[in-house]
Amino acid sequence: MAKQTLGVSEFVNEVRAGNISALEHASKICEEIEKKNKKFAHFNTFDKNYVLEQARALEKEIKRGRKGKLLGVPISIKDCLCVKGVESRAGSKILSGYKPVFDATAVAKARSEGAIILGKTAQDEFGFGTFSVNHTAGKIPLNPLDESRSCGGSSGGAAGFTALTDYTHIAIAESTGGSIACPASFCGVASITPTYGVVSRYGLMDYANSLDKIGAMGKTVADSALALNVISGKDKMDSTSLDSGPAEISKMKKISIGVPTELMDSIEDKKIRDLALKKIHAAESEGAKVVDVKLPLNTKYGLSGYYLIAMSEASTNLAKYCGMRYGFEKKLEGAFNEYFTSVRSEAFGEEAKRRILLGTFARMSGFRDAYYLKAMKARTKLINEYRQVFSKVDVIAHPAMPIIAPKFSEIEKLTPLEHYSADLCTVPANLCAMPHATVNAGFLKDLPVGLMLTANHLQESKVLSAAAMMEALK
Amino acid sequence: MPKAKVDKELLLKVAANSRLKLTESEIKKFLPQLSAVLDSFSKLDSLDVSKEEPSFQPVAIKNVFREDKAGKSISQDAALSNTTHKKDGYFKGPRVV
Repeated sequence: MAKQTLGVSEFVNEVRAGNISALEHASKICEEIEKKNKKFAHFNTFDKNYVLEQARALEKEIKRGRKGKLLGVPISIKDCLCVKGVESRAGSKILSGYKPVFDATAVAKARSEGAIILGKTAQDEFGFGTFSVNHTAGKIPLNPLDESRSCGGSSGGAAGFTALTDYTHIAIAESTGGSIACPASFCGVASITPTYGVVSRYGLMDYANSLDKIGAMGKTVADSALALNVISGKDKMDSTSLDSGPAEISKMKKISIGVPTELMDSIEDKKIRDLALKKIHAAESEGAKVVDVKLPLNTKYGLSGYYLIAMSEASTNLAKYCGMRYGFEKKLEGAFNEYFTSVRSEAFGEEAKRRILLGTFARMSGFRDAYYLKAMKARTKLINEYRQVFSKVDVIAHPAMPIIAPKFSEIEKLTPLEHYSADLCTVPANLCAMPHATVNAGFLKDLPVGLMLTANHLQESKVLSAAAMMEALK
Repeated sequence: MPKAKVDKELLLKVAANSRLKLTESEIKKFLPQLSAVLDSFSKLDSLDVSKEEPSFQPVAIKNVFREDKAGKSISQDAALSNTTHKKDGYFKGPRVV
């Protein structure tokens, strides 16, 4: 954490005590964004006046005794979450000009605890990417640790700004196959991706509805945990949401950590494996027991199962974008199919088209059972494999990514399949909806390597406690 | 998995179903890429799932009901606020026939 940056909890206490002005803090962070966003492009949408208007109103309320778990805390929102009255495009041209008339539940909950919304952070179009380079709205966000490299994706702007800012801040982000863990790893910040359903998806522009999870990033595990506790909970607007109760960080005695051998073996870069193992074994000094565990099916079939489900669901979810009701539109010409085709062909980017085509193919008559249904059955098997491992260990630990943040010049050379394969480590937990946290494990070539910790369904407390323990290890 | 040869004819059929019109350069680019990705999916062939039920939801939930009562909704003006294609309080769309 930067020296001058207070943790969220301390910051809120200072604001409540009147020692920090929420308005002055908001002004400073706005100045920082104005100064740096032209270069780093972490925000797709930012309006200083919108931020200061919230801060002024909040300042008055604080003087009248307003309380809140995020009192005066500036938060950034990934572009794919609806923020009332603020252009929200999910990184896509097809949502150009769309200003939601309501807040996503996660955003509304943060506001109700006194958070100040900064703006919308850059991402791959609808989350379709690992490096935040596949967008048709906004710019490619730059990694603050090395501007020639990716922030990771798809929540690249969220992680990039969390690493860059000198001020107290948390980021609300979203993960379908690793879109929180990957950028958090590449930018060296802490993150939490909860069990599917722990955070309501109401107001999320979905990528794949059985995989999407809203989570948080912060400079520390405690910051991301606090954010999660604010935005989580059962929501009548999302029938798949769960009442999980608050996640609590506690000191874990005799924690058992499993290292998945097949997954580790499939990471080609030995230096990344070694760095992660060094961090994992350092936990033994705190009484942790480290053992090898087996996840052969998740390692072998995770990517195929994930991408089949994700693309199939994406192709139906994106069917609603057609140049009517909201977003990008053209002059109404031709019959409806001609008009819809014209709008979609112009406004979707290359990766979105590729995934729509693959997903439509996998759901077509004659192929659906062999592809989509098979992947859904494979998911059952992969979830059961995780559960067996969690009957023996508390958490599983491994590198979040098999690579350090790549240079943009390296990303350009990747084929789509190579691009998808980079998600090797993050996809199994996401496919199986297991909660996972990331912390920095160390540095290679001055670039961060993230450690990913995964626990069984609804064990957010366990995964956050393990992450906090790892974070505290020197 | 059924071996589907991804040729131009199949690609255009899928694109039409997806309401996408592909340019010649997109067709040239996508054909080998889609074949490669679909080939990689066929890895699942070696996994026996004959005794498994599909996990359409990754965390099982049952019987999520609510009272059959209309709740609050956004106003007509708010619903229409994000488009220029509207008339007499309704959305206006392209012609149907």
